[in-house]
Amino acid sequence: MAMHGMRGLSVFISDIRNCQNKEQERQRIDKELGNVRNRFKNEKGLSPYEKKKYVWKMLYIYMLGYDVDFGHMEAVSLISAPKYPEKQVGYIVTSCLLNENHDFLRLAINTVRNDIIGRNETFQCLALTMVGNIGGREFAESLAPDVQKLLLSSSCRPLVRKKAALCLLRLYRKNPDVVNVDGWADRMAQLLDERDLGVLTSSMSLLVALVSNNHEAYWSCLPKCVKTLERLARNQDIPQEYTYYGIPSPWLQVKTMRALQYFPTIEDPYTRRTLFEVLQRILMGTDVVKNVNKNNASHAVLFEALALVMHLDAEKEMMSQCVALLGKFIAVREPNIRYLGLENMTRMLMVTDAQEIIKRHQAQIITSLKDPDISIRRRALDLLYGMCDVTNAKDIVEELLQYLSSADFTMREELSLKAAILAEKFAPDLSWYVDVILQLIDKAGDFISDDIWFRVVQFVTNNDDLQPYAAAKVKEYLEKPAVHETMVKVSAYILGEYSHLLARRPGCSPKEIFGILHEKLPTVSTTTIPILLSAYAKILMHTQPPDQELQSQIWAIFNKYESCIDAEIQQRAVEYFALCQKGAALMDILAEMPKFPERKSSLIKRAEYSEADTAEQSAIKLRAQQQPSNALVVTDQPPANGATSPVPVGQLSLAMVPSMITTEDHTSTDPASSQQNGSLTKVDPQHPSADLLGDLLGPLAIEGPPGATVQSEHNAVSRLEGGPDAVDGSAIVPVEEQRNTVQPIGNIAERFHALCLKDSGVLYEDPYIQIGIKAEWRAHHGRLVLFLGNKNTAPLVSVQALMLPPAHLKMELSLVPDTIPPRAQVQCPLEVVNLRPSRDVAVLDFSYKFGTNMVNVKLRLPAVLNKFLQPIPVPAEEFFPQWRSLSGPPLKLQEVVRGVRPMPLPEMANLLNSFRLMICPGLDPNPNNLVASTTFYSESTHAMLCLIRIETDPADRTQLRMTLASGDPTLTFELKEFIKEQLISIPTAPPQSPAPAPAPAPPPAAQATPQIPPNDPAALLAGLLS
Amino acid sequence: MGIRFILMVNKQGQTRLAQYYEWLTLEERRALEGEIVRKCLARNEQQCSFVEHRNYKIVYRRYASLFFLVGVDNDENELAILEFIHLLVEAMDRHFGNVCELDIMFHLEKAHFMLEEMVMNGCIVETSKANILTPVQLLEKTS
Repeated sequence: MAMHGMRGLSVFISDIRNCQNKEQERQRIDKELGNVRNRFKNEKGLSPYEKKKYVWKMLYIYMLGYDVDFGHMEAVSLISAPKYPEKQVGYIVTSCLLNENHDFLRLAINTVRNDIIGRNETFQCLALTMVGNIGGREFAESLAPDVQKLLLSSSCRPLVRKKAALCLLRLYRKNPDVVNVDGWADRMAQLLDERDLGVLTSSMSLLVALVSNNHEAYWSCLPKCVKTLERLARNQDIPQEYTYYGIPSPWLQVKTMRALQYFPTIEDPYTRRTLFEVLQRILMGTDVVKNVNKNNASHAVLFEALALVMHLDAEKEMMSQCVALLGKFIAVREPNIRYLGLENMTRMLMVTDAQEIIKRHQAQIITSLKDPDISIRRRALDLLYGMCDVTNAKDIVEELLQYLSSADFTMREELSLKAAILAEKFAPDLSWYVDVILQLIDKAGDFISDDIWFRVVQFVTNNDDLQPYAAAKVKEYLEKPAVHETMVKVSAYILGEYSHLLARRPGCSPKEIFGILHEKLPTVSTTTIPILLSAYAKILMHTQPPDQELQSQIWAIFNKYESCIDAEIQQRAVEYFALCQKGAALMDILAEMPKFPERKSSLIKRAEYSEADTAEQSAIKLRAQQQPSNALVVTDQPPANGATSPVPVGQLSLAMVPSMITTEDHTSTDPASSQQNGSLTKVDPQHPSADLLGDLLGPLAIEGPPGATVQSEHNAVSRLEGGPDAVDGSAIVPVEEQRNTVQPIGNIAERFHALCLKDSGVLYEDPYIQIGIKAEWRAHHGRLVLFLGNKNTAPLVSVQALMLPPAHLKMELSLVPDTIPPRAQVQCPLEVVNLRPSRDVAVLDFSYKFGTNMVNVKLRLPAVLNKFLQPIPVPAEEFFPQWRSLSGPPLKLQEVVRGVRPMPLPEMANLLNSFRLMICPGLDPNPNNLVASTTFYSESTHAMLCLIRIETDPADRTQLRMTLASGDPTLTFELKEFIKEQLISIPTAPPQSPAPAPAPAPPPAAQATPQIPPNDPAALLAGLLS
Repeated sequence: MGIRFILMVNKQGQTRLAQYYEWLTLEERRALEGEIVRKCLARNEQQCSFVEHRNYKIVYRRYASLFFLVGVDNDENELAILEFIHLLVEAMDRHFGNVCELDIMFHLEKAHFMLEEMVMNGCIVETSKANILTPVQLLEKTS
């Protein structure tokens, strides 16, 4: 009566069903949760029946997606109930609600063990099932011997043994040592002699798990598997209950063939012959029948047999049978079979010699690219991608291009990436490659990643013959009415470099080229304008004889952008304008870009990674990777080092090997050589990179494994700092720890310091992860976004990010996912509120697991004091009254600082500016002094003006006197200390090569500066200025 | 691993049964169910029964108003799973007699018992309907 009569449960379920909307449902559920909670509180009064009913309600609520954070104990306690109905509920609900790490589960170990070793076989089954579903390591340690005993026991009934087999599988995964007992492989082989198909099905799953890790130990199981398969295929001694639509357990057949695919070869001739006979029967004897279920079941077996044949790399004849079958499948109406035909054909590509036969089906595959079902279209795309080679690249790529315009948005990015890769890998000639890429940009500009156009620029730069062609081509595209911004970028770059090669053609004079480009400027975003400006500078340089009109036009543009709010644009405009005045010197600096070092296409690298994500990671490929002795040839082994290896297939070998400009050149003191690369901006020693594209790729782009670039960056840093481990001398103890086995790429302290000055960049990087940061600051609020990028083809797990904020910062980090999928980037916003002035630094305690590596790093976050500063110019008539009104400590503090890193005054001014302290020139008549002002924002101080004066001694640049004033004593002190830290140790200052020309003889006042009595700076300053 | 989860969802997208064989938090489950239900329910009869989602596949089958969605690893044999769904439906049919959505909804516990006899830790444990139904029948006898 009890089971049927859980009336309360039925009523509750129908109530839920009758809810009109989500809100009603929530209300009903909240009410029920309250009710259940109350009942559980007075647990003594609950009968087992009631307890059971409430536990089911909890499961029901949980299934609907509501959190049930109580009652777990009640569910677990039902496990020890004496009666079957309660015990069963306890076991089932526990395995649904809890995971293996739950504490309550540990409490139940003893009860569970008693059930397993007890005499009641229904209890044994329940306990084995729960352990099989959620048992953890502790279960493995305490229960494995008992479970093994049950599995092997001859007195145990099959219903217990089949569960014991899968339970052992779980325990084995938690702790592989559980089967590390002598003679286990033999016992496993004996298990396969089992007549009961239930036990055999479970045992086969266990075997698959075991052989996939160590096939050598289980050789003796191989003939048994073949025997089992033969028994099933010939329908010998199979009970009616285990035939499904006349087919002897299709699931066991599939599983058995799967187990066989983990053995690299079959040496015993008898076993091999038997197996091939069986497989031949399956291949030839599977007919299409009317009954859907029978048809599916027989084809499930057939597809697994195909996979096994491919794995065994059978005789040619059998292979061609397989391809013929697959060729038939991809043309049938039934969508499932069509899908599987395409999928298996892709797997077949890895088999030697199959490619030629598969190519015969190209037309049919191209048809599938237009199938109404996206699942099928994806398979077709993968297959076309896999079967492409030099002979058919033109056809396939052109099909992909044609399909691009009508493809779903979800597929366009993948489609264009694949087309770009194929075009690069298999281009019969380079001009065709350029055509394809430009078409891609034209048709699907939004889906073209930067990598794609960077790559075409690399090829054009490195192949002289290609340059006029590419220039003429992009010009044609630019003349079209609507042009995608990416097209503007690539065109601007190419026309800037190479349009002079077209100068004699009609319509290609510098002026006309400039006109075409400049027409686009109003339509593009700020990321494109710098490229346009560079193009203008280069066009101007190539205009021979000089064209006054063009020159004044372009100069006017530079002029206009000199005050642009975007720093990159502004810098380029200022620098180009200055360069243009230099006449002949311009030629050296703006010379043609040198050839790029030959390197592996980042596109191809990307594709190799993303391949692992897509469905085509076939069992065959996986297995081939696991077993190096496998006869299969894996065709796309990635080269060992992406940075130096040639383009894999070699069709696009570059015309010449360029002279690589090393980073050492960049940092050398000779300005001419550091500009050799035609570098567009001044060289930033913090980011030396082997070429411009490295820069363009941006700090947040996830690059492949570290190549030469990173290495040279490291060198540069160590050269500058005298050692990679040099730490700054600030009061803060560096928190980076080196105990991890995973080594960070680049210097963590460096990265932190760089980020203190800019708002985006890389905070941390190692071979597995890159953490980028992007920040926006407004008054005392900050909004940071952490970009956690997984660089690998495997997920990063157990990801944890813990904020350790100092007392003065309120920080809120949004949820960080536990797992970062392969090649994915996760964004985690972080809100910061500055409560009061302090130099303390927030720390991010970050950890993740990759394989067996547990990586934990503590990273300082650049939410530092200067981020809450806003530079503000203060005119003299305001400065002096303020300065005077803040008289003396604690609001005004003064200190003589010694041990200052010597630097020329303009450099110090730049440094202060970079920390958002605005230099107010002209306030202090002494040229050796600096006066600066800024506004500090925090919740306690609100906006507060800070005034700074620094007096330097040209005779001794290692000391100076600093005076700080603000309306808040803490702020004055903290800011003073902060500036001091910056002056004493600046991590990335270039070496002070020949001492800078000393300033002209110091006026007497300056000489006297250090001796100024420290007690009355205001009067002194006023005196000096009067 | 093989089977990662089994979901029964009606055509309004309401979950009628959910059994996971890997641990996901409630938020993850909600998100996952939302995504795949949207994907699968939008498909029509002429399309195949397999949907690629993230790094695994959904094999699904529709019976009247109810969808059976099974998440599997990419290298799982799709047709075998497709027929395994049918086997589950046949087992429930044998027990309930012409099983429908309401049977599963109001007898969630029995649906769970049957599933538990068929799948353990993501592996198929039993395919004989008689064996699958024994414990449920036993339970009805004892209570």
